[in-house]
Amino acid sequence: MTVHQTPDLTTPLGRYRMLRLIRGFEQLALAMVKSGTIVGGTHPYIGQEAVAVGVCAALRPQDRITSTHRGHGHVLAKGADPARLLAELAGRVDGLNRGRGGSMHAADLSLGILGANGIVGAGAPIAVGAAWAAQQAGEDRVVAAFFGDGALNQGVLLESLNLAAMWRLPVVFVCEDNGYATTLPASVAVAGSALGRAAAFGIPAADVDGMDTDAVLAAASEAVDRARAGRGPGFLRCRTYRYEGHHTMERRVKVSYRSAEEIDSWRALDPLPRAAAPLGPALVAGCDEEVAALLAGAERFALASGHPAPAGACDHLYASGLRPRAGAVA
Amino acid sequence: MSMLSYTKALNRALTDALAGDPAVCVFGEDIGAGLAGPTLGLQRRFGADRVVDTPLSEQAFTGMAIGAALSGRRPVIEFQIPSLLFLVFEQLVNQAHKFSLMTGGQGSVPLTCLVPGSGSRDGWAGQHSDHPYSLFAHAGVKTLVPATPTDAYGLLASAILDPDPVVLFAPAAALGVREDVTWELAPVPLGSARVHRAGTDVTVVAVGHLVHDALAVAEELAGEVSVEVFDPRSLYPFDWTALAASLERTGRLVVIDDSNRSCGIGAEVVATAAEEMRLTAPPRRITRPDGAVLPFAPALDRSLQPSRDQLRRAVRAVLK
Repeated sequence: MTVHQTPDLTTPLGRYRMLRLIRGFEQLALAMVKSGTIVGGTHPYIGQEAVAVGVCAALRPQDRITSTHRGHGHVLAKGADPARLLAELAGRVDGLNRGRGGSMHAADLSLGILGANGIVGAGAPIAVGAAWAAQQAGEDRVVAAFFGDGALNQGVLLESLNLAAMWRLPVVFVCEDNGYATTLPASVAVAGSALGRAAAFGIPAADVDGMDTDAVLAAASEAVDRARAGRGPGFLRCRTYRYEGHHTMERRVKVSYRSAEEIDSWRALDPLPRAAAPLGPALVAGCDEEVAALLAGAERFALASGHPAPAGACDHLYASGLRPRAGAVA
Repeated sequence: MSMLSYTKALNRALTDALAGDPAVCVFGEDIGAGLAGPTLGLQRRFGADRVVDTPLSEQAFTGMAIGAALSGRRPVIEFQIPSLLFLVFEQLVNQAHKFSLMTGGQGSVPLTCLVPGSGSRDGWAGQHSDHPYSLFAHAGVKTLVPATPTDAYGLLASAILDPDPVVLFAPAAALGVREDVTWELAPVPLGSARVHRAGTDVTVVAVGHLVHDALAVAEELAGEVSVEVFDPRSLYPFDWTALAASLERTGRLVVIDDSNRSCGIGAEVVATAAEEMRLTAPPRRITRPDGAVLPFAPALDRSLQPSRDQLRRAVRAVLK
């Protein structure tokens, strides 16, 4: 097992380091998809890093999150071991989920990461339930629910906003508005607006520059503090962008729904240089080097980890230990 | 001795679970008022924080129960209408059921769904009369269909103790059953069948309320054939060992099952018996028709449900 320390996001350097770690992790994952080491592909988070880092910097270790199909950034920023996440993506036994979940279901319950999720909007009610349980137990625990603009059109998300507001639950709803639900622009998919959704339920909402880590942190801190103080849910609409396709498969099918100019205009707002600027080149160079070494180690760890034995394919299906019947009579 | 009704048995199981474990809580619509029966008086006794009236947001409060379960609670959800399960198939199958495997066993979802009044209730028509237990058994969600008050108590008690999601169907046609209870109510293990009546000629596997029809037919035909009435109680996991033992005795099988015919639990019982067990005659099953939608008019509604007459004919047919 790797030696992994929970990242410190309380300092500008710590947050820059996490931005760099997520960016580097996602680039490494892209290379491993290309080489075939990661099968099934991934949903790259590149470009959106400031949202995960800013929000998780406002959280405490006991807080919980629910994540999305584009979840690596959230999972890393909440403190998961990059080596074990990478091993999970590669389907290995030392992965966070023992190779049973892969990219879309990465979870680390010990860190309050209740899972990435393959169904759009599905994490929101789970976050509401975790917040309800915390409220009932008198714990000062907050839950952040990440989702994209595509989830704004899922009924279960709207139902979840209602329950959270009605019961003043400590949830922060984080909408990562990257402008597209796969290939469908939000401009032709979302009637009204993200902020209007929150307003309809009386939930305080902030419109945030999701390419600016400090702006996300400031808005998230306000919402998290309010939730922790028992004053109910908050909502952040973080304007952001993914530089890569919705899924790595897009590289093969060569779809075109975004102009190069549009992508470049968002790249110009890249969160990493913005977070690096105040630190100075020497500190940044040292940090980049450390992260590169860490990711090289993560790759070695993932590739050295074994493939799960097919005989155990139904292990963990039931917590009770129930073994399902086999698919063929012996 | 006291006469225990089916609904009261569910109520007692919930009461005992709430009293025995502070992690247990109940979510559902109109449960404070106890409209459907099983939750009557619970909110008064245990408070609105543990017996939680929810708005009409089935998907959100089912997802919410999952989040609560992952945070150490043991939620029970009452669904007043069986067809509401179609709304929350996403949450129950895609999320709750898959969680343990997908996380490599990091956690599980101890969630119980209680459906008091499943199947037809005469005149509730197409969207309130489904009996979708086979869907959950197919998906691998633990699925229980108790036929009697003591089994209703025992299986609900076990469901709440179980670390995995469980759906318990309480058939509307069994809710009127009362039972002399002269023993302590106790949990009934999942996956354990019950032979209500021993027999040597034919095994009738009857699901839920149809157990009572099978017992009536067995009694009626006692002069001509010895019928064993086998109540699986738990459809998933299913007590295949007990079924094999029963067929060792009888060698003949009839299944009576209130599912639609194609891919219903009756089909699974017949298929498994044919592959792996002793059969001396081709088996029969009695089900709803393929793809049945129960029509409103009472005579039409009843005409699509498995009947005693069909069972009588099937028992005689496997004897030939």
